[in-house]
Amino acid sequence: MIQIENLSKTFTLHNQGGAEIPVLTGASFSVAPGDCVALTGPSGAGKSTLMRLIYGNYRAASGHIRIGQLDVAQAAPRQIIALRRETLGYVSQFLRVVPRVPTREVVAEPLLALGTPREEAIARAEALLARLNLPERLWSLSPTTFSGGEQQRVNIARGFVHAYPALLLDEPTASLDAGNREVVLSLVEEAKARGAAIIGIFHDEAARDRLCDRQVDVGVFTPARAA
Amino acid sequence: MSGKFFEEFSQDFSKNLWGAPQPLLQVEGLSKFYGARRGCADVSFDLWPGEVMGIVGESGSGKTTLLNCLAGHLAPDTGRVLFDTRAHGMQDTVTMSEPERRMLGRTDWAFVHQHASDGLRMNVSAGGNVGERLMAVGARNYGDIRERATDWLGRVEISGDRIDDRPTAFSGGMRQRLQIARNLVTGPRLVFMDEPTGGLDVSVQARLLDLLRGLVREMGLSAIIVTHDLAVVRLLADRLMVMKDGQVVENGLTDQVLDDPQHGYTQLLVSSVLQV
Repeated sequence: MIQIENLSKTFTLHNQGGAEIPVLTGASFSVAPGDCVALTGPSGAGKSTLMRLIYGNYRAASGHIRIGQLDVAQAAPRQIIALRRETLGYVSQFLRVVPRVPTREVVAEPLLALGTPREEAIARAEALLARLNLPERLWSLSPTTFSGGEQQRVNIARGFVHAYPALLLDEPTASLDAGNREVVLSLVEEAKARGAAIIGIFHDEAARDRLCDRQVDVGVFTPARAA
Repeated sequence: MSGKFFEEFSQDFSKNLWGAPQPLLQVEGLSKFYGARRGCADVSFDLWPGEVMGIVGESGSGKTTLLNCLAGHLAPDTGRVLFDTRAHGMQDTVTMSEPERRMLGRTDWAFVHQHASDGLRMNVSAGGNVGERLMAVGARNYGDIRERATDWLGRVEISGDRIDDRPTAFSGGMRQRLQIARNLVTGPRLVFMDEPTGGLDVSVQARLLDLLRGLVREMGLSAIIVTHDLAVVRLLADRLMVMKDGQVVENGLTDQVLDDPQHGYTQLLVSSVLQV
């Protein structure tokens, strides 16, 4: 489902003397439907960069990122938008939303964008929020003022409300208590069971061991730094 | 009646929104000079149905000149602006006759000005402002017109009991929402917006952004939004075009251009934004 082939990324800072910073080189691996792969390596190894490249948030310098039929490294903006709407979900560590939009709408939005009837989209959003133990009195409020753990759960609900065939998870269990962590782990397990291909960053080792079929050490793709 | 009108339009668009066989707008080699000074030069892009494109750049970068050329308010010196008209398919709007272009401006196109007073008739009631655009496309039944106007005022969150008030009695945010209602009531397919949230309080901006996002999604609108506010394009636009000195220096997926800018000028622009 996801195939990374010889992927490289370099940042060029034009306003700092054209400094070139290579961050990733020759990254190759693949993820089959129903598989969960953990990205590992020390901070700064390029785990998040790799995730952002796969999501199309960063532009690849060279190589291929195939998700289903589409090569994200070559795709036009509208193709990436369609991919994100239908195929590729992303649970990031940060919640970015239009201020004042109620939480239930924030979570239902991926479904509304797919043309799901409003009532059904809202019902599915609410069911997921309830499962993640987000108090019902918060559903009509904007998540911008929520605590870190609450925002994290809103983000997770958004990422799981549609059954994406491919998912990127950036620390999905960070800042969650034991009960909610368990809910998230079972959501990931259910996604695997329905055949989603998943790539995740987990500093939570127990979660990683339970969910992941393989680990990819991103440190291997970190270019040797000139001293 | 009004609900049915809206449903017909939205169904019409959502049907082939994402599998559309061709762009809604194709711009090829568009240039506009003011004497020797360059307004915008050699701009080309395709806009597909349902896409929202942002144009950013500092003052004087040519973004408003470009928007005015696209919307037929200014005649470009060179280039073509092809629009997929309902009746005759792709037509060059630069060379079409003035009446044809004006008809497009009343039906398939809409233009939201930065200053609502440029897009509204300030001495006509709110309902009249919305109804006028309906009458321009042939609506005649007073009851229907008033009903649709009321429906649209509701959509943009203006209470029905303000229908007979003039926009002079409205706040800045309300005027901007009224301007949007007036523009969208005829079910356009392409909306041009020039700094739609400029000059509004941030709380009012957020409300307007939310409203615009909802309308764009529900109606399957395509839009071109000129702004200097990067936060606005991040939330509204699928694609982003960065202009400097009349030329496009970078364009692509909005979050990619903002998070991984390739051009030196874009890097400067993004890194200059103040963090709250």
